[in-house]
Amino acid sequence: MTPVESSLRSSGTSMINVEQIRADFPILKLKIDDKQLIYFDNAASSQMPKAVMDRMIRYQTMEHANINRAVHYLSETATAEYEKSRHKLKNFINANEDQEVIFTSGTTDAINLVAHGYGRKFISSGDEIILTVLEHHSNIVPWQMLAEENGAKIRVVPINDAGELLIDEYKKLFNKHTKLVGVTHVSNALGTINPIKQMIEFAHAHGVPVLVDGAQAAPHMKIDMQELDCDFYTFSGHKLCGPTGIGILYGKATQLKRMKPFKGGGDMIASVTFEKTTYNTIPYKFEAGTPPIAAAIGFGAAIDYLSSVGLSTIETYEQNLINYATEQINNIPGIRIIGSAAEKVAVLSFSVDGVHPHDIGTLLNQDGIAVRTGHHCAQPVMQHFKVPATTRASFSFYNSMAEIDALIAGIQKVQKVFL
Amino acid sequence: MNTKSLYQEVILDHNRNPRNYGSLDNSNRSAEGHNPLCGDHLNIKINLSESLIINAITFQGESCAICKASASMMTANVKGKTQADAETMIREFREMTVGKLEPDDNHHLGRLTIFVGVRDLPTRVKCAILPWHTLQAALNSVATISTEADDDPMHVSIGNA
Repeated sequence: MTPVESSLRSSGTSMINVEQIRADFPILKLKIDDKQLIYFDNAASSQMPKAVMDRMIRYQTMEHANINRAVHYLSETATAEYEKSRHKLKNFINANEDQEVIFTSGTTDAINLVAHGYGRKFISSGDEIILTVLEHHSNIVPWQMLAEENGAKIRVVPINDAGELLIDEYKKLFNKHTKLVGVTHVSNALGTINPIKQMIEFAHAHGVPVLVDGAQAAPHMKIDMQELDCDFYTFSGHKLCGPTGIGILYGKATQLKRMKPFKGGGDMIASVTFEKTTYNTIPYKFEAGTPPIAAAIGFGAAIDYLSSVGLSTIETYEQNLINYATEQINNIPGIRIIGSAAEKVAVLSFSVDGVHPHDIGTLLNQDGIAVRTGHHCAQPVMQHFKVPATTRASFSFYNSMAEIDALIAGIQKVQKVFL
Repeated sequence: MNTKSLYQEVILDHNRNPRNYGSLDNSNRSAEGHNPLCGDHLNIKINLSESLIINAITFQGESCAICKASASMMTANVKGKTQADAETMIREFREMTVGKLEPDDNHHLGRLTIFVGVRDLPTRVKCAILPWHTLQAALNSVATISTEADDDPMHVSIGNA
């Protein structure tokens, strides 16, 4: 029985017993200069439960060899475990088939794959790509690079002052040149949950495929490819309690099959001569070279862990955290919350009157509190709110209400220093 | 030295009441410094005499407390000095923040050694050093500098540290 199973059984409900969950994460016991670590930088990267670490150690200790080629025991074991992990991801997102799940190095890599494999083949001069103000730079820059190369145009969906997309404006951007929509499911800087199902339906009614950046959504809610019906969806392992260097691109098989490969190399081919190379079938067509096998298997273990806690349980608990934090921070004078969408995940972006975010971050760090300060790789969002940077506390299901109280006390302490 | 000693009263005071803050009517040298990572920017204006003495210096801009206090104390310290003396201080300040010069060594930094604590906070070194590089640029009639440009001397210096 895993620690999570035991914590769920002992509590006898689907509610989170946060102390028992925290015991699964060794790093949460860490002290920073004698101060207990309070980790609120989960939107940048989440922490890893011991079960995932143990799985990766077991792989390296007893199962490692290169995948896909050799006939020996270890290679066959590694291949089987790697593919098992793909299958877990397929189930996690409710894709139709395993071959629709491509392992990438992360979300950025996956978006670049689509920009290259789909964009270079199906988007050309005069065509238009719709993006939104809420995109992370990783869903802006690959498209700008493509546009620079082939003369395509980028159209941008604006937001209101709550940080919500203006859907009427989105609809107006469509015309006969529109070739792709790229939209983030959840804003990394503000936490806004976008109405992507509605946006996907509208795009499809105009024959336009949709790529969803799910990096900030997948850790916080149940996602379902059948329900969303998007053409592409991507997220990273390290934001879901897994290791860095691994992520997935989900693509509908029909789309993936007609795309160009991204990287050339071993494994992505069926046959090679100097006259002609035939590419492998999906997903292998997009997985050139030796992948990070241990990371892929660790990612699968992280999915097992999150599934055992339950995504709907996580969602409910994290909503309680953000509601409590919002209520508490609103009680402090001189604080401005940046991003107050009706639908948002547990991300609290804010500014403190008269105090620069960098100073807030450094001072909170003295109390062991890890927050992120800066533009969060979302400069267009900062430009909308006319701030150079914000302080962002992003919560996870292993955070407690007491930790939020410590954050609130920490912010008040910062205000006193700068009084 | 831990970060607690960085936010001491001298720095907080210069942040609250920055010296030489504002514009300068009779300036003949100026530069704009920018840190694109956090959006901080500051403008430095100088009146440099024919004998290369800094007669007057001001700064203006938006930045964190470390950057603003560094700019305030820098302007107070280089006013009335020669360009050569100011450039020595720029070099010494940079060396101190990257750990190549200790407060106990021979130098001309005086109370500016209060910023030595930033060396323990690599992400904050650029905040403290931005005014100094903007000063360097102004003295050498370079219009703008960025903490992130390839040719930025600070960038190279930190990279080599």
